[in-house]
Amino acid sequence: MILVFAENKEGKFKKNAFEAVKFGSSLASDLGMECHAVVLGESDQPESLGKYGAKKVIHLNNHQLNEFDDVAYKNAINKVASDVGANFIILSHTALGKGLIGRLAVSLKAGCVPAVKGHLMLGSDPVFVKPVFSGKAFAHYQTSGPSVISIIPNSLQLTEVDGADPVEVEEHEVEVSGSGVKLIKKDVITGTVPLPEAELVVSAGRGMKDPSNWGIIEELANELGATTACSRPVSDSGWRPHHEHVGQTGIAIRPNLYIAIGISGAIQHLAGVNNSKVIVVINKDPEAPFFKAADYGICADLFEVVPKLTEAVKKYKAASN
Amino acid sequence: MKLLVCVSKTPDTTAKVDFTSDSSSYNEDGKQFIMNPYDEWYALVRALELKEANGGEVVIINAGPASNDAILRKGLAIGADKAIRIDCDPQTAFEAAGQVATYAKDEGFDIVFCGKETIDYNGSVFGGMLAEILDVPFISYASKMEFADGKATINRDVEGGVEVVEAKTPFVISAAKGLAEQRIPNMRGIMMAKRKPLDIKTGSEIENKVKVLKFELPPAKGSVKMIDPENMDELVRLLHEESKVI
Repeated sequence: MILVFAENKEGKFKKNAFEAVKFGSSLASDLGMECHAVVLGESDQPESLGKYGAKKVIHLNNHQLNEFDDVAYKNAINKVASDVGANFIILSHTALGKGLIGRLAVSLKAGCVPAVKGHLMLGSDPVFVKPVFSGKAFAHYQTSGPSVISIIPNSLQLTEVDGADPVEVEEHEVEVSGSGVKLIKKDVITGTVPLPEAELVVSAGRGMKDPSNWGIIEELANELGATTACSRPVSDSGWRPHHEHVGQTGIAIRPNLYIAIGISGAIQHLAGVNNSKVIVVINKDPEAPFFKAADYGICADLFEVVPKLTEAVKKYKAASN
Repeated sequence: MKLLVCVSKTPDTTAKVDFTSDSSSYNEDGKQFIMNPYDEWYALVRALELKEANGGEVVIINAGPASNDAILRKGLAIGADKAIRIDCDPQTAFEAAGQVATYAKDEGFDIVFCGKETIDYNGSVFGGMLAEILDVPFISYASKMEFADGKATINRDVEGGVEVVEAKTPFVISAAKGLAEQRIPNMRGIMMAKRKPLDIKTGSEIENKVKVLKFELPPAKGSVKMIDPENMDELVRLLHEESKVI
């Protein structure tokens, strides 16, 4: 049995929850097992997980589980995993997943492989592939006995299962005992896709010269439907918010497209972005190390070329409509 | 306050990533090793600031072989009062957490610090494992912490922002950028570190449930395709038709 914990924010699933279910169901089909999902707190559409391969959803609909609490979530998932005899418990490697995975694995006396990008089969055993050294290499992990695995967002193609049967949703209430840690407030951007989940990212660095120049970056991002990011010096100088900083000390992302504008490409920056599927680098310095990591490069003044790129995207969108 | 800081040894951030010829482990030959930056820059320094403000003791701990003494000496030079090394060679975060817990469980620490992840394995599970064994809350990816009257107010980094939580001691906290400012040890600190205690304890037997079969390097990246800056239509066409990302 594969049990997937599908994260739920304000009653809604984000893409990472569907990806975790998709990962769990593909593991289940390789192992000849069933994939079930567990949802905690209020949820609008627990049955929608069926589209990604969950055969059954166990919904613990306690309002005390609406917000993340490491101990309460660990107890709830532990109970379900023990009841159904889960062989693998799958989480998303999100902020929430990182706060939960170690604790959950220890409580289940399970093995633990965090932050994997997928699995392959070695005979009848799964091997989990985990990026290490900030994505500069991969490690193949094998587990014995029950295991808790977390999957990095944007690691797999999200496709719906054709003709999935309607999924059975079991509603339960559970005893909740939490950690005593109190959530006071949330200070989270709304309206744009957060960076770890973004498929398209437009990122800019010191080459922008001044925070007042960011208009051209935002226009390009808007036109593409991309999320904006920045390099460390930019967030350190307060030009852009801390949560936009990608790189070794910021966040690591793996979008489909990463456009780096006026960023030289120091090794610490590359560590956060080198798992992007396609990298475009715009820099006027032909010696910028980032060109070596890029798929496409444009060696030119960013203030001239970025508006041209925005226009080209506009034209492309108009033509394809 | 009694504060424990868990530190790990990692290859230097700029060290080449390569593996032994059988691909079973990281090739340590000729590599520089450092204290994991999140442990040193943020976890340790925030612990020292708390001690400076509230009194108490900062203990720095590592589960590892004798070659790890160098990073513990550095931690003492930065300002920790005492170092503990549990003599063992942990292969997983679970082993390391188990070793540290065996020491920490009877010591009554108010706050146990670690870094948000190590820069080599990028797992970020150690702190949660330790918290579960010690039966205390775990607050992950902390980028700010204020402390007064036995109560901490902590910013926890989440997707697209922060959550602010309030926690009473004891708890385990993992440090992200922003929690403190890096400190460089001075000559006086380095001299004093030589006289500070570094105790070695015997490790216990801990069973491992996961193992690494092999490491591999990603396929070499093809060379960059340069695009004429006057022809952005061409770039958009390639992104759509060739790489299919838009």
